[in-house]
Amino acid sequence: MQTSMLIVVLLILSSIAFYLGRRRAFAVARGRARNLHSLPSYYGYYVALWCGLPALLVAGLWFSAEDAIITRMLVDNLPPEVRSLEPGRVDLVLNDIHNLVNGNITSREPDAAMLAAADHYRQLRATSHAALSVVALALAIVAGTFSLTRIRPEHRARNAVERIVMALLIACSSIAILTTVGIVLSVLFESLRFFQTISLFEFLFSPQWSPQTALRADQVGSSGAFGAVPLFAGTLLISFIAMAVAVPIGLLSAIYLSEYAGRRLRASVKPLLEILAGVPTVVYGFFAALVVAPMIRDAGLSLGLDVASESALAAGLVMGIMIIPFVSSLSDDVINAVPQSLRDGAYGLGATRSETVRKVILPAALPGIVGGILLAASRAIGETMIVVMAAGMAANLTANPLEAVTTVTVQIVTLLTGDQEFDSPKTLAAFALGLVLFVVTLLLNIFALHIVRKYREQYE
Amino acid sequence: MSSVDMIEKAVQSERTSFRQAAKDMDSLTRRPEQRETVGEVRVEDPRVRCNDVNVYYGEKHAVMGVNLDIGRNEVIAMIGPSGCGKSTFLRCLNRMNDTIVGCRVTGQIFMDDQDINASGIDVVPLRAMVGMVFQKPNPFPKSIWENVAFGPRIHGLAHNKAELEEMVVTSLQRAGLWEEVKDRLEQPGTGLSGGQQQRLCIARTIAVGPEVILMDEPCSALDPIATAVIEDLIDELRGHYSIVIVTHSMQQAARVSQRTAYFHLGNLIEVGETTQIFTNPVHKLTEDYITGRFG
Ligand SMILES: Nc1ncnc2c1ncn2[C@@H]1O[C@H](COP(=O)(O)OP(=O)(O)O)[C@@H](O)[C@H]1O
Ligand SMILES: [Mg+2]
Repeated sequence: MQTSMLIVVLLILSSIAFYLGRRRAFAVARGRARNLHSLPSYYGYYVALWCGLPALLVAGLWFSAEDAIITRMLVDNLPPEVRSLEPGRVDLVLNDIHNLVNGNITSREPDAAMLAAADHYRQLRATSHAALSVVALALAIVAGTFSLTRIRPEHRARNAVERIVMALLIACSSIAILTTVGIVLSVLFESLRFFQTISLFEFLFSPQWSPQTALRADQVGSSGAFGAVPLFAGTLLISFIAMAVAVPIGLLSAIYLSEYAGRRLRASVKPLLEILAGVPTVVYGFFAALVVAPMIRDAGLSLGLDVASESALAAGLVMGIMIIPFVSSLSDDVINAVPQSLRDGAYGLGATRSETVRKVILPAALPGIVGGILLAASRAIGETMIVVMAAGMAANLTANPLEAVTTVTVQIVTLLTGDQEFDSPKTLAAFALGLVLFVVTLLLNIFALHIVRKYREQYE
Repeated sequence: MSSVDMIEKAVQSERTSFRQAAKDMDSLTRRPEQRETVGEVRVEDPRVRCNDVNVYYGEKHAVMGVNLDIGRNEVIAMIGPSGCGKSTFLRCLNRMNDTIVGCRVTGQIFMDDQDINASGIDVVPLRAMVGMVFQKPNPFPKSIWENVAFGPRIHGLAHNKAELEEMVVTSLQRAGLWEEVKDRLEQPGTGLSGGQQQRLCIARTIAVGPEVILMDEPCSALDPIATAVIEDLIDELRGHYSIVIVTHSMQQAARVSQRTAYFHLGNLIEVGETTQIFTNPVHKLTEDYITGRFG
């Protein structure tokens, strides 16, 4: 039986089980739902869950283990001359057999032994699937029937169903949490490997970044220098330019929209600003690289300045534009949360609109606005695409926004693209950079959320 | 039944329901008529004189042709069932209705022979002259001192730090809050109790030197003890200001006011001496309200 077929059959069985469970509940209650502990449909769900869940669980486990077991059996049956090959070559043969089975292109012309092995594989898989179908269906029927017989009027089906639902929800959320933990741990461990070759001190404080290392012992190449200071400086410079653009524009437009604009204007402009947030960053990236950077260079030339064709200024400006909707929509929320009674109080004392904004609304909203700005900053620090395209790769340690700089994220990209040895310091450096980025944005986010939350409490 | 019959019948029933709907619309949009006010609306030498004041929220006619004088150094209470337009009328007196989108005010309101609704009148000095205290205490999230100094600062009333200090202190004293807060002027105004916050708002209003103070149910968010303190305060303030107070409590109106105005569905029904209104109302609606038959 096909896998999809099996799942469909299990679902159908579950629905039948639901129906039977409900009917049985009515039967044991002698037709009066009032005699039951729970609503009749809960008995239906109870039986349906018993019928479907264990079978699906077994099917899932079966599939995850199937391939490994079959491959092991296959290897045992391979001709001895293949089995005596070195492990890497055996893997290659197995890979070809897999490809043959799935109808993909193989690395070389298949010989008779391989064709036989592929047939064997197919057979084994068919057997395994048939066995699974039998086991799963049997389990579904047995578990369903068993739960059906347990239905009594006093049986607490509702509580049981609620417990199962809760378990399902917990399972799903733990998947999300465990994945995150897994990612963090893998980054952490790879970084630790990196710090076995390069000292943490050198990484954090040395001003020399040149990660090219010789791939082979006989190759001529630089030995590599892993001082990340130029990257941190570049990241800070670009984020600073971006914030210098985004904070004033975003904040002022939020003030205009929430305090000055009419209802109709606000209704049309707010969605427009939010569209800005929906533009893919790669589009901003080529806007920066193809429009803004040349413009800045030309402007610089006409002023007699020496501007690199890729500059921190271009990347920062465009990144700032990208972040405007962040700042403005967060500030707008915060400003709207300032109670109307405070505005009334100020107007009632004869304050003008701008006095009310400056002296009452902004001070009251300030913590929330700061929180929003910090969130935007963490977004700027982690942004990659625009800087890859517009800021260049040169690890210059400079405060001059007209020069090319590079950032942490750009270097992660360049370190990991292209042919790599996985355990060279060059590759591992990407993990170390990722770890730094992660820690910094995490701290920023925690801090910002803390501020925003405190601010909310003030008015509740 | 033939299909022609069916269509005929459908059209018929459509017509009846249309007529019904038109009738409903009519009764909905028919405005409650304007009524004559009973009692003496005029006083000698008024501080504020209102002539035929109407307020509309879009189509809704919320205040209808109100004529009323507010005397010097008197407390006048506005009573009436909720939604009758007391707050709306009160907001006309310092043009706070300007801040409400879709609100339109007609008629004349004279202060010192000047119509405050006339074009070219600046609301900033007007609101300094007519202060307002709101239902819910709304101190700014600043220190007590800053709350009181806010008004004098924006109106540029103090020429130096000492003058400002002087204004803050006298306002707090006049609002009866000085003794309670003199040791903690730097602490946030929002940290005070509800009654203290409301007195802080009164001090804040007094600090800009108003001549009229509008109070919209100033005690409805307070406990009885804090209410009694504020009522005593209102009685003292009468020596310096004209006070218009909206209240839901008839006892409060009786305790603090000299005149009382009774509103009903946007109309000013009856005005008179407070004692007369509460002991011997003329209009049937006023009598029904103060004897608790509705409201
Ligand atoms: N901002 C507003 N927009 C539209 N209608 C309003 C507004 N404020 C008040 N109203 C209406 O005007 C009438 C008078 O309201 P209000 O002056 O608040 O009454 P009161 O203070 O006597 O309880 C009510 O019917 C109310 O629904
Ligand atoms: Mg009101």
